[in-house]
Amino acid sequence: MAVTLAQAINQALHDAMTEDERVLVFGEDVGKLGGVFRVTDKLQETFSEARCFDTPLAESGIIGTAIGLAMYGYRPVPEMQFDGFTYPAFEQIVSHLAKMPNRSRGTVKLPVTIRIPYGGGIGAVEHHSESPEAYWAHTQGLKVFTPGTPDDAYSMMRAAIAMDDPVIFLEPKRRYWMKSETELPVQTEAPHRAVVRREGTDVSVFCYGPMVRTAMEAAEAAADEGWSLEVVDLRSLNPLDTPTIVASVQRTGRAVVVHEAAQTLGMGAEIAARIQERAFYSLEAPVLRATGYDTPYPPAKLEEFWLPDVDRILDLVERTLAY
Amino acid sequence: MADAAIDPRELLPPDEPVHLLDPDGTYHEDPEHPIDLDDAGLRELYRLMLVTRKVDREAINLQRQGQLGVYASCMGQEAAQVGSAYALGEEDWIFPSYRELGAALVRQCDAAGLLHLYRGTWLSDHDPYKHHFALMSIPIGTQALHATGFAMGARLDGNPIVTMTYYGDGGTSEGDPHEAMTFAGVMKSPVIFFVQNNQYAISVPLDKQTAAPTLAHKAVGYGLPGRRCDGNDVLATYAVTRKAVERARSGEGPTFIEALTYRMEAHTTSDDPSRYRTQTELDEAAKTDPIVRMRNFLQQRDLYDAELEQAVEDQAKEVASYVRAGIYDAPHGDPMELFEHVYVDPTGHFEGQREQLRAELDAAQEG
Ligand SMILES: Cc1ncc(C[n+]2csc(CCOP(=O)(O)OP(=O)(O)O)c2C)c(N)n1
Repeated sequence: MAVTLAQAINQALHDAMTEDERVLVFGEDVGKLGGVFRVTDKLQETFSEARCFDTPLAESGIIGTAIGLAMYGYRPVPEMQFDGFTYPAFEQIVSHLAKMPNRSRGTVKLPVTIRIPYGGGIGAVEHHSESPEAYWAHTQGLKVFTPGTPDDAYSMMRAAIAMDDPVIFLEPKRRYWMKSETELPVQTEAPHRAVVRREGTDVSVFCYGPMVRTAMEAAEAAADEGWSLEVVDLRSLNPLDTPTIVASVQRTGRAVVVHEAAQTLGMGAEIAARIQERAFYSLEAPVLRATGYDTPYPPAKLEEFWLPDVDRILDLVERTLAY
Repeated sequence: MADAAIDPRELLPPDEPVHLLDPDGTYHEDPEHPIDLDDAGLRELYRLMLVTRKVDREAINLQRQGQLGVYASCMGQEAAQVGSAYALGEEDWIFPSYRELGAALVRQCDAAGLLHLYRGTWLSDHDPYKHHFALMSIPIGTQALHATGFAMGARLDGNPIVTMTYYGDGGTSEGDPHEAMTFAGVMKSPVIFFVQNNQYAISVPLDKQTAAPTLAHKAVGYGLPGRRCDGNDVLATYAVTRKAVERARSGEGPTFIEALTYRMEAHTTSDDPSRYRTQTELDEAAKTDPIVRMRNFLQQRDLYDAELEQAVEDQAKEVASYVRAGIYDAPHGDPMELFEHVYVDPTGHFEGQREQLRAELDAAQEG
C-alpha cells in the first residue's frame, strides 16, 4: 500500500494513542483541523478532545504545560506548527525540558516528543522554512531525530514516544507527501542508528531528513557519470552514530555532508570534525559540505538558489574526487 | 460553547487587600475569609515561620562563611509563604521559584538538601514526588507553566488535586506566566498563581515593573479572579489561599493571588540594596514583621507563653544546626556523576567523554 510520510506519522500517533492512554497530542489547530499539514487528522475524532486538543496560540505555553503534564505522568506529543515558531518555546525546551531530568538527579522523567515540521522547498512565506536542528542537537539532554522516509517516520515516531527521554522530532515538511510502498505498522532500525541507504565505493554522502531523497537522486545521477556514491541517512542528530559514519568513510575515503541549514556551525561541521578525528588516515580529500548559505532563509522565489540540490551535491562530489 | 458571560467585576480585586491581623496582633473577623484552624494549627503557623527564619539566617551565615556560593533570603516573606502553602492539602503540588524556603519547609522538604542548589554541589537534591514540591526554578516565571500543565493533567485524570506556583512581582512581567494564565483560564485548570509582591525585582521597584493599578488586576484579562492580601499577615495569606484552593478543587478553575509583602534582606547575598533603598524604608518595613505580628496574636489569645517560645526556638536551632551538618556532610563531588541522569537511555551519547574524564581522574590520582 502506498503511504505518505504524513500518513505514516498520523498512523504512528494513532497507534501510540491506542496502545497507551497516557499519550496526548496537542498544539495549534491539531484538533478539528487535524493540523495545518493534516498530520493529526481524525485523532480528536477517534480519541476525544481530552487526548487531542487545540491549545491557545502560545508556544512556550505548549511546551511548558507539556513538561507539567509529563511530570504528572502523561506522555505528551506537542506539535509546533512550524520550525520558525519554535523560538518562543526555546526557553522551555532548553532550560527545562532538556535539563530537568539531570537537575533532579533522575527523579523527574520527561517523556515528551516535540513534533516540528521543518525545512524549506514548499514555497512558503518567511519563518516557515527554517532548519533549526543545530540548536536542538547542541542542547544536551534532548534527543533529536529526523526521518527521511515514510517507514522511518512511522517507526521512529513510535520509538520516540515510547522513550523516557525528551525527543525533538523534526519532520521534513517538503517530504510529507512522499510515498513508499509499505504496510504499517513497520519497524525499522533503532532511531539512534544511521543507515546506509545505498552502498557505494567512491564518496560517502551524509544526509538526513529532507535531503535523504535529494542525496539518493544525486547518487542516481552520479552513477551516470561513473561515480559510486554511498548514501548514509543519519536519522539521529543527537546522538550521532559516529561508528557508522566512520566506517563509511573508511570504505570510501571521501565525504560530502548535505543539509539545508546554513553552513556555519551546522551539523556538517560536527560530522566533518568527527571524521577527521577518527578516520584521518582514511581520508583522500577534505570533507566538504553541501548546505544552505550563511544568509537568512530567502524569499520563496529564490529558495531554489539557496537550497542544496542534486547539482550542488554533484559539484562537491566532483571536487572531492579531484584530490 | 462559552460559559455564561463572566462579570468582570467579580474578577477584579477588591479595593482593599484582605487583612485579618493588625501589627499588634488584633484580629478582625471577616466572614468571607474564615480561619478553619484550631489552636494547634495556629501555633503551627507560628512555628513554621520561626523555623523558616532561623534556617534562612543560617543559610546567610553559611554563605558568609563561604559554604554557599550565593543565597536568596526569604526574610520578611515567611507569612506569605507559610500561610499559602499551609492552605494546600498534602496531595497538592507546589511549583516554586528559588526563594520559597518557607513553602518548602511546610512541605517537609529537607532544608539541607534544598541548599545544595546554592552550595553548588548538586543542582537539586530533593525528590519532587515525595514532597509534592517541584524543583526550584531560576529562570523567572517559567515554572508557572509547569504548574498549569500538571494541573491540566490532574483535571484530565479526575484527580482532585490543586497546584500552586510562586513567583515575584518581577515575574509578572515575563511571558510565561501570561501564557500560563491564558492556558489555565481556558482549560479551567486547578492552579493558583501566588505572587509575592516583595516590592523589588533585584533593584527595580514595582512602579518600574508595571503600570497596572495592582498586579492582581492583571488576572482579569485572562478570566481569572485577581485577589490581594496582606502578605505579612499569615492568617490572611492562609484564608485567601484556602478560598482559591476550594474554588480550584470544586472545578471552578484558577485564581491569581497577590500577597503584599516586603523583602527585608538583600535580593541575594551578592546584592547591595543600599544602592536602591533607604534605611528609613527598612525601618518602616520592620514594623510589619509577620512573625512578631503572629506572636502578638497568639499572646492575645493566650496561646503563647515562654514555654512555647522556648520549644520553638529549640527546634529552630536544631534544624539550623542540622542544615549546617547536612551541607557539610552530604556525600557529593563524584565527578563521574556528570554523566549521570542526562539521559534515561544514553545510547551512543558522550562519545568517549566518560572515558576521558575517568582517565584524567586516574592520572590525577597517580599524581
Ligand atoms: C528569565 C530570567 N531573567 C533574568 C533573571 C535574573 N534575575 C534573577 S532574580 C531577578 C529578579 C526577580 O524578581 P521577582 O520576580 O520580583 O522575584 P524576587 O526575586 O523578588 O522573589 C532577576 C532579574 C532570571 N533569573 N531569569
